[in-house]
Amino acid sequence: MSLLELDGVKVHFPVKKGLFFDRTVGHVYAVDGVSLSVESGQTYGLVGESGCGKTTLGRAVLRLNDITEGGVVFDGTDLAKLPSEEMRAFRRRLQMVFQDPLGSLNPRQNIESILAEGMAAHGIGKDAAERRKKIEDILAKVGLPSNAMSRYPHEFSGGQRQRIGIARALVLEPDVIICDEPVSALDVSVQAQVINLLEELQESLGLTYLVIAHDLAVVRHISDVIGVMYLGGLVEEAPSDALYAGPRHPYTKALMSAVPVPDPEVEDRRERILLHGDLPSPANPPTGCRFHTRCPWVQETKCATERPPLLDTGDGHKVACHFTAEIEAGTVKQTLATGIEAVIGTETVAAEAVETAEGEAESPAKVPGQGDAPVAVPAKDGAQDQGVPGGS
Amino acid sequence: MTILTNKADKIDRLAELTQSSETVTGTSLWREAFRRMRSSKMAIIGAAIIATFVLVAIVGPWLAPHGPTAQNWRSEVFPNQGKFIGMRGENWFGLDHLGRDMFSRWLVGARQTLLVGVVSMLIGLIIGALVGVLSGAAATLGGKVGQRFDTVIMRFTDIMLSLPSLLLAVSIAAVLGQSLTTVMIAVGVVQIPIFARLLRGSMLVQGGADYVLAAKAVGIRRKRIVLTQILPNSLSPVIVQATLSLATAIIEAAALSYLGLGNPDPAVPEWGVMLSQAQRFFDNEPMMAAYPAVGIIITALGFTLLGEAMREALDPKLRG
Repeated sequence: MSLLELDGVKVHFPVKKGLFFDRTVGHVYAVDGVSLSVESGQTYGLVGESGCGKTTLGRAVLRLNDITEGGVVFDGTDLAKLPSEEMRAFRRRLQMVFQDPLGSLNPRQNIESILAEGMAAHGIGKDAAERRKKIEDILAKVGLPSNAMSRYPHEFSGGQRQRIGIARALVLEPDVIICDEPVSALDVSVQAQVINLLEELQESLGLTYLVIAHDLAVVRHISDVIGVMYLGGLVEEAPSDALYAGPRHPYTKALMSAVPVPDPEVEDRRERILLHGDLPSPANPPTGCRFHTRCPWVQETKCATERPPLLDTGDGHKVACHFTAEIEAGTVKQTLATGIEAVIGTETVAAEAVETAEGEAESPAKVPGQGDAPVAVPAKDGAQDQGVPGGS
Repeated sequence: MTILTNKADKIDRLAELTQSSETVTGTSLWREAFRRMRSSKMAIIGAAIIATFVLVAIVGPWLAPHGPTAQNWRSEVFPNQGKFIGMRGENWFGLDHLGRDMFSRWLVGARQTLLVGVVSMLIGLIIGALVGVLSGAAATLGGKVGQRFDTVIMRFTDIMLSLPSLLLAVSIAAVLGQSLTTVMIAVGVVQIPIFARLLRGSMLVQGGADYVLAAKAVGIRRKRIVLTQILPNSLSPVIVQATLSLATAIIEAAALSYLGLGNPDPAVPEWGVMLSQAQRFFDNEPMMAAYPAVGIIITALGFTLLGEAMREALDPKLRG
């Protein structure tokens, strides 16, 4: 039995309109039926581009968002149905580390007060002195001096603030920590420190992580199992190495092909999939497979009408695609006009210039749209020459 | 595993190295704001004016060389003929139409003016803040029922806001009769919706902040989230508004007194009442109106300067 199990979790936000009485005119399907399980002591990485619902899902686990449907079973208890006071008590065992280290710390409380607040709420430690002792221990564990206690969040650097955020979660001695983009607001040099700290803490305290991130390198480094989200649903889930070695869902293939390879020769020969268009609105998601509007392998049957379930394709590698086997075997050809390009010569430079200009810090999946990619080889011709990327 | 322990060692060493023997005390945002205020000219001038005013208000009645009602020079003034006595050795501000010493009345009046300003501001602040806290807390953490409650409360304050403040004050004064208390209540009630809206709005903004979400995630009770997380961060605009509204309250109280709703008791002069009485003789003796008017203006200026300086000092964007 897994420590944390999500069963068909849906989070729909109503869209309200009206002058006097709020009428619900529709829903934003932020998370639409996600099932996954996190084993004790493991790290589950959740990746996806901005707006795919991964943060909403993370918050839903802690019931910071209302869960519309489905169950979140933690250690045998369904959190989705708990009354709020019981849920509050359960939060001691499920903690969260936030993306914005400064924004998630109360600017008017000093560090001791921030950390003691949670302990007091859960009745940890008899008095202030005992709590202070514990806080000192935890601060040492996350690599902060004990004189940090009387200081305020604005007096720390970004990396230190994130350590405080981690310490705040740790003082409650949780079993599971949900890390919502734990390092994306930090400098790259500091990112490594925080990631290593998280790994060491997992080792020494036996923590279970659910890491939400858009940085594929970070997720690969830290995760045992990775789930890829697209528009509110999981499209692929596999052990970390297997996913990076051979992504099977077309979306994951595109995502992976956006990661640069540190070997210039391989990088030059590498084929890249450029997805066209933007992420569809979660208020009005496409019918059938959510990805069919942008999928290079979209077929006339099934794709637009039937939503593919997440099925095991062997070795715990789960994929939500009707044509996984066919794509792997190369029996279905690419149909949609894609921007597959041979990354050769001068075109490479131009293409990359476009990409970097499009936004370096953005999610790697955000590739230029049709209008923005003048160098994309006209799809059909280019596609035939190159076969299937990722499969080769 | 050895690598891991190495890393842990390194972190420990780092912690030791960065740990200085002296205890470092942090600087809270309030203290920082205070430090910024001290280096602001505007704040210093404002504070100096207010300090002087408060001093005058407290000790003024004892300093006054003559009683506020003593008509010692009745025989020397003839308002009907336009004959007044202006500044002279024993009467610094001259005499009013009844032969009373203007300077003494001015000193005594300062206390009344301060009282009206502070009390009516407090009425507005306390009731307004209470309504604002309830509304803001309900809107941010109260769920659907709370939001409904908030909507109802806010429609009420909207109605109050939509009434012209002076008209509202006049009607309250008309119901309660003519006295200083009336003026204080009338001016205070007008301030209630302003404080309520301000605090609620500020709480709504803070309620959506990440640290409130984090506090929820940690499992802190809702009441404590409001008290320790949202409220302390929402107070700055209210403090600024309270200072600024002291200025408006003094002016508005003077206006009500001027309209004849103030304290009719001649023994307790108030700058607004004095202004109102001076109106009739403005042609012959404009200085009679000038003294209370200048008093009101300078005091209001002092509070405004201090309020603006506070606004700048408390603005987190200017922190550096």
